[in-house]
Amino acid sequence: MTGSMDLPAKGGFSFDLCRRNAMLEKKGLKVPGFRKTGTTIVGLVFQDGVVLGADTRATEGPIVADKNCEKIHYMAPNIYCCGAGTAADTEAVTDMVSSQLHLHRYATSRESRVVTALTLLKTHLFNYQGHVSAALVLGGVDVTGPHLHTVYPHGSTDTLPFATMGSGSLAAMSVFESKYKEGLTREEGIQLVAEAICAGIFNDLGSGSNVDVCVITKGKTEYLRNHQLPNPRTYASSKGYSFTKGHTEVLSTKIIPLKQKAEVAEGDAMEE
Amino acid sequence: MSIFEYNGSAVVAMVGKNCFAIASDRRLGVQLQTVATDFQRVFKIHGKLYLGLSGLATDAQTLYQRLVFKHKLYQLREERDMKPETFASLVSALLYEKRFGPYFCQPIIAGLGEDNEPFICTMDCIGAKELAKDFVVSGTASESLYGACESMYKPNMEPEELFETISQALLSSVDRDCLSGWGGYVLVVTPTEVQERVLKGRMD
Repeated sequence: MTGSMDLPAKGGFSFDLCRRNAMLEKKGLKVPGFRKTGTTIVGLVFQDGVVLGADTRATEGPIVADKNCEKIHYMAPNIYCCGAGTAADTEAVTDMVSSQLHLHRYATSRESRVVTALTLLKTHLFNYQGHVSAALVLGGVDVTGPHLHTVYPHGSTDTLPFATMGSGSLAAMSVFESKYKEGLTREEGIQLVAEAICAGIFNDLGSGSNVDVCVITKGKTEYLRNHQLPNPRTYASSKGYSFTKGHTEVLSTKIIPLKQKAEVAEGDAMEE
Repeated sequence: MSIFEYNGSAVVAMVGKNCFAIASDRRLGVQLQTVATDFQRVFKIHGKLYLGLSGLATDAQTLYQRLVFKHKLYQLREERDMKPETFASLVSALLYEKRFGPYFCQPIIAGLGEDNEPFICTMDCIGAKELAKDFVVSGTASESLYGACESMYKPNMEPEELFETISQALLSSVDRDCLSGWGGYVLVVTPTEVQERVLKGRMD
């Protein structure tokens, strides 16, 4: 154990617990489920750029783990990515590609292109043969114009004028297929995306809570967090529970005062 | 039986007015047999940052030791304590590194930030962070804890009321879970002091 502590981590995945975990599984202990993002994520291209939308529910099996999570991830100032699938995988892969794009911007002194992000994502996902379970809707506007792509966990991609992914994708796609047309205005685009996400929220059990929208145009990106809140919490009683002091039986109490940290002022530089 | 249910655990954290509370049960079991009734699940990282680890007890202790090691190195290099948000990212990275052979733990991180703003977050066993403004739960009793906290929580509670609320939520939830309970341990942290209390609960 000391040996592996001395070397700094080289980055990437480490497989040293796999043998132990396989042994536990053979003994009959089932592996726990990971937090998934159930999800409805959508994107569409309108006349000036791209609109992305997502719901905000994160599930752990049948339980709602987070009622207001963020599924629209930042990749570059002009590129955003919605993620469905295993939450840790979508967060890690979008963070990693976002950092790689930033370094690429420093190296090339140019604004990032959507196809760059696309290629970085698809090569990473293909290398792990679908085990990194991230299904993404990538959209952005660069010098070549607005682009919208979908990326599947095994590494395949599609380029589309409108796209939906996640468990609520069928509900959202039905809205797009009936109402999408080319040359939508900004308001029409936001309205259509919100409608598609709401279709997923109300009809798919894996999606719920609020609607997040992100509008990307040439030179400007607007992240409308909680653009619509169609599921407010109305059942809470105004009084709430109140427990009087001393209600709970306590066996022992220990109170430790926190020491205030002393600020050490830097001394003046020595005069030569 | 799931690996998470091997030892049994319940950990919960709640945000109050310029303070936070983190609580856990005290049982350590081997499937259905109880082996200890004073098991520590909430660990101190520094004066204003605490880590609660539910799940497989051996992984919880290993993860705690690795994190304390990394934090001590950070303290030596940076000459200051780690901010809670930074620590959460560190835990998330450490867990995701083991994506295909994970630690079977669900951490809860609770701390007071720069201007004593409370911060809580939880993650699943591969590091998917979930930041919350009200409460976070983990462990075998998590489903009951979700229900109890959802109804009992109120925003901006003072430390005394926060202690009572989190204790009642914890005790009522572990009473509905065979694998956790046997007492409770609650820590309430304010900018000036830390209050540690051991609760009396049902020992069954």
